[in-house]
Amino acid sequence: MTTDSTADAVACTGLAYAFGDTKAVDGLDLTVREGEVFGLLGPNGAGKTTAIRCVTTLLPVPSGMVRVFGHDAAGDRMAVRRLLGYVPQQLSADSGLTGRENVSLFARVFDVPRRERAARVGQALGAVGLTDAADRLAGTYSGGMVRRLELAQALVSAPRLLILDEPTIGLDPIARTGVWEHITAVREATGMTVLVTTHYMDEADQYCDRVGLMHRGRIRALGTPAELRQGLGERRRAEGAPATAPLPTLEDVFREVAGSGLDEQAGDFRDVRSTRRTAQRVG
Amino acid sequence: MSEAPAAPLSASADRARPQDIDLLLRAPRARVGWRLLPARVAALCAVELQKLRHDRTELYTRAVQPALWLLIFGQTFTRIKAIPTGGIPYIDYLAPGIIAQSAMFIAIFYGIQIIWERDAGVLNKLLVTPTPRSALITGKAFAAGVKSVIQAVVVVVIAALLGVALTWNPLKLLGVAAIVVLGSAFFSCLSMTIAGIVLSRDRLMGFGQAITMPLFFGSNALYPVDIMPGWLQAVSKVNPLSYEVDALRGLLLGTPAHLALDFGVLIVAAALGIAAASSLLGRLAR
Repeated sequence: MTTDSTADAVACTGLAYAFGDTKAVDGLDLTVREGEVFGLLGPNGAGKTTAIRCVTTLLPVPSGMVRVFGHDAAGDRMAVRRLLGYVPQQLSADSGLTGRENVSLFARVFDVPRRERAARVGQALGAVGLTDAADRLAGTYSGGMVRRLELAQALVSAPRLLILDEPTIGLDPIARTGVWEHITAVREATGMTVLVTTHYMDEADQYCDRVGLMHRGRIRALGTPAELRQGLGERRRAEGAPATAPLPTLEDVFREVAGSGLDEQAGDFRDVRSTRRTAQRVG
Repeated sequence: MSEAPAAPLSASADRARPQDIDLLLRAPRARVGWRLLPARVAALCAVELQKLRHDRTELYTRAVQPALWLLIFGQTFTRIKAIPTGGIPYIDYLAPGIIAQSAMFIAIFYGIQIIWERDAGVLNKLLVTPTPRSALITGKAFAAGVKSVIQAVVVVVIAALLGVALTWNPLKLLGVAAIVVLGSAFFSCLSMTIAGIVLSRDRLMGFGQAITMPLFFGSNALYPVDIMPGWLQAVSKVNPLSYEVDALRGLLLGTPAHLALDFGVLIVAAALGIAAASSLLGRLAR
């Protein structure tokens, strides 16, 4: 497989996707550079998951262009899939299989040869701290452990781009930190690119190199968390805010970008049900 | 948006630094061409066997119904002698029909399973792997076959215990396994095709109920085609279950059967089922 080494990890140009009359993604331009942790932020219904599903080849690309390391996500799907590790929002490990069997399935469907399968599966489980629990059924795992297991499933094929859709939703703060520490450690060790969606502004601030704030199908602000916070602080001072005012947070930036009306468009019924179900299963 | 606070880094539990991850740094070489499909099918069948190894409850509970059919229906109708069976005891005549029925009942649940997997995110995750949709469906179809063969073994043992004179010729038993796999592949694909159309578990449950009984009663599983009214004979002619039962009877009991036709029909039916279910799989991913 040839992959353009100079290409960006993800390049979306003018991506649009509509469900009936609802424009979920509406002219999205997005570039994720190789090696960075990019956070795609926004409320339910902002279009994050739809955009991610176009990048992962789950949805067609009806309008615009999506490229992953130079490969067209609409035309060259198999090549794109070989470069991806994907952790969906729902808890997707099979509770009827052990941790090791869950990871082994993904080693098999990514064509890991039999002679190195056991070793590779062992390394993936070790990388997320599940070596001791590997032979227990995933149904006995805690929410944080299931997330780490899913991370191991995604890592076993050595992806160049790891895509995580709401990886910490419903987790308690300690489990959230645990998941992020493993993401960060693996990224440092492998140099892979990480594209993550999240609702949690504090997580994005702490762990993402760059973030894109998405609202109503488009990126409304883009930059490092520090740049975005500073930018808002400067705008507020220019508007006459006192110099002693507290520094804005990423959440303040988001409120400014998205404006009012956030509550009215907080995802459809299926989104909310899926989110709650995930939260219930991890909690 | 959540207000959940981030915990301090030191609070992390069970952290392992990836010191030994050399294998995770290079992508495995892609399997291409004809070798891809058997590899995916084997992977998905292996999962089915692993699950059965961890939890055999389903195997036992699913054995109850065929056992009751053979024990109650079979033994009673053997005494009544109301159904012409070509000179063999009715319970013998019934056993292959019950094997086919129990295999069909397993396979017909695969549509519900694939919708459950869609809701759980498992399906999406598999669709993002280098697995063509047809390979994923073929894998599921053969996984249904593997599960059905295990179920068939249970029914064969029950039938043998009830005194049914079955063949123990290994070649014929291999043929039985092949027929059961093909039949289950078709019925699981039928179910996954309907799943791709109706998209919701509740609606699919209704469809499942609505089609399984007509498929069963509109076949030669319980009685010969000759005694059916004309319209039911027509149903039986287009019902793959009839061909499955015909082959199983021929192989297990040595009754006159049309093995070449039966195999032919089941292979074509399974292939069409795989094509139909694969073409609709994309609807489930949306």
